Amino acid sequence: MTTSKLPAPPAQAEDVSPRTRGVNWQGFRSLSRAMFRGFVRDRAALFFTILFPVLFLLLFGSIYKSSSTPKINVVEVGRVSVLDQARAASRQLDKVLTITHTSSLAHALNDVRQANVDAAVQQQGGRLIVHYSIANPTTAGVVNSVFSGIVQAANQAASHRPAAYQLSAQQVEDKSVKPIQYLTPGLLGWAIASGGAFAAALTLVGWRKNKLLRRLRLAPVSTTSIVTARIAVSVAVAIVETFVFIAIATTPYFGLKLTAYWWMAIPVVICGTLAFLSIGLLVGALAKSQEAATALVNLIVLPMAFLGGAFIPLAFAPQWIVKVSYFMPLRYLVVGMQNVMARGDGPASALPAMGLLLGFAAVLTLIAVRVFRWDEI
Amino acid sequence: MSGAISVRDIRKSYGDLRAVDGVTFEVGHGEFFGILGPNGAGKTTTLEIIEGLREPDAGEVTVLGMRPWPRNPALLPRIGVQLQATSFFERLTVREQLRTFADLYRVPARRADEMLEVVGLTSSAATRTEKLSGGQAQRLSIACALVHRPDVLFLDEPTGALDPQARRNLWDLLRAIAAEGHTIVLTTHHMDEAETLCQRVAIMDHGKILQIGAPAALVRGLAHPVRISIESGLLGQDEARAIADGATVADDGVSLTFTTTEPAPVLTRLADHKALTGLQVAGASLEDVFLQLTGREYRA
Repeated sequence: MTTSKLPAPPAQAEDVSPRTRGVNWQGFRSLSRAMFRGFVRDRAALFFTILFPVLFLLLFGSIYKSSSTPKINVVEVGRVSVLDQARAASRQLDKVLTITHTSSLAHALNDVRQANVDAAVQQQGGRLIVHYSIANPTTAGVVNSVFSGIVQAANQAASHRPAAYQLSAQQVEDKSVKPIQYLTPGLLGWAIASGGAFAAALTLVGWRKNKLLRRLRLAPVSTTSIVTARIAVSVAVAIVETFVFIAIATTPYFGLKLTAYWWMAIPVVICGTLAFLSIGLLVGALAKSQEAATALVNLIVLPMAFLGGAFIPLAFAPQWIVKVSYFMPLRYLVVGMQNVMARGDGPASALPAMGLLLGFAAVLTLIAVRVFRWDEI
Repeated sequence: MSGAISVRDIRKSYGDLRAVDGVTFEVGHGEFFGILGPNGAGKTTTLEIIEGLREPDAGEVTVLGMRPWPRNPALLPRIGVQLQATSFFERLTVREQLRTFADLYRVPARRADEMLEVVGLTSSAATRTEKLSGGQAQRLSIACALVHRPDVLFLDEPTGALDPQARRNLWDLLRAIAAEGHTIVLTTHHMDEAETLCQRVAIMDHGKILQIGAPAALVRGLAHPVRISIESGLLGQDEARAIADGATVADDGVSLTFTTTEPAPVLTRLADHKALTGLQVAGASLEDVFLQLTGREYRA
């Protein structure tokens, strides 16, 4: 036990008290540092706020990527000259069909029944026979139309007359819009939403529980410093996350192409972080334990991820979800980022979303301040 | 103003419960003052009102001539607070924790490291606060309260959950701090702690102060009988009765015990008979004062 003499108190007390008037930057910095360290050393928080959403991006990115170019598996029984000629005539066909060969019709039919392949095809003189299963009606339809097209093309070629009509198919939407371009803002929006809400709620409840909040109240540091430190750390984490998402999504494998004003996503991210911090603040003011706060945040953010366009792109969502989404702050975060990152809209297009997010944050913060308690009773 | 703290007739109710019911006392500069009482006596609420964490329903408080409520930024740098729970930032090391508090009070980091030395935690500087023992955590908590050299230090049950060895270590630390001239206000439900540390004690129960004074003076004021015991069998029954001279005598087969309000003659006669083996003299304690004041046993 050390009972050594305390260092003699210098006449410091006098020049300390007047300085309590201005903004306590030293206090703000040290609070930010303490919160940041607490965050990066919390493996569970790191996993759920950063790694978990990134895993979702990798997973969904890969799933939607493969499903965007569905191929039909066809097994050729013996020699099918009609098909071989058609493939020689048009390279497009190989983008639709994956072809394997076999000599046994029995094996081929079995494969079709087992759904190992989508169709078996054989040629008997002038007859092209296609065996397919109706188990998957969509695939069955594609198989039928592909092969009737091949047969018609072959007939037309055999007639030695130029075709009277030509089909020219064109995609309606912007050719650059791929699933990764709405997945990235959607999942990033969800990550920022849950990260912000959890950070504010758990800090508030945790600090109230271990009485750090009251201890800080008796230190010469203002509530504004405490709140701005929390905001600064959360915004920094959200921006890091944004760059991690962009870095992954723009790899050639996922192929995200950022549009000209993508950097406008950063102010949108900041406004979104503020909006979800304010949700967390309200949850933290109401919840009595960290478990309750966690449950409450999940209850708010998770349904919002489905209804606000984060998990289900609004372009593909049913009409009622689109209507509901207008009441979800997450919608404005996701759509705001999407417009400037992927759709190529101008910088001003993000402003309405930013305004709505900030307004939402202001209203919720006001409510949170009203129900806020320094300590538990 | 002469005192460091002046409390006049403060009251605080929670619904029907009168947690603090008209408390008045003064604490002088450099004094080590204790508020003693069982759990629920109103000690913590009293302390929180003085610190400025709660607004009293009635009454007046000044600390260093200033009002603590509403939150008074001029007063805050001059008081140090240790709350009942050990309130730390999550997942910081001991040194980081203390430096964070130093920054909040705009005190150089060097001072934080000095405080580590003072509370004997230099060797644990890189330990996360979650891994500290109860005694170490309390010492760090006190270091955080002292890092800015406050004039007044408030300690709310600092030895609450500590084992006896850790309690004694902490007492040594608190004595060293008091010797530096800090004014200290401590709440405790341990009678022995108040007796050994505090210059003056206020005994509290049911939101009221029952008595204030130096522990020794309070005990002496009781005129409580002293119990003198020696090993059983050193004296015969008749000899013992002769020595007792008005005192009551009891022998339980292990100790022979005299209970008397005038211990001096009994001790002299025992010495004459060379019958001092296993001598124990037990005077009254603050527990007896509490019993006398409330009519019931002290239960922490």
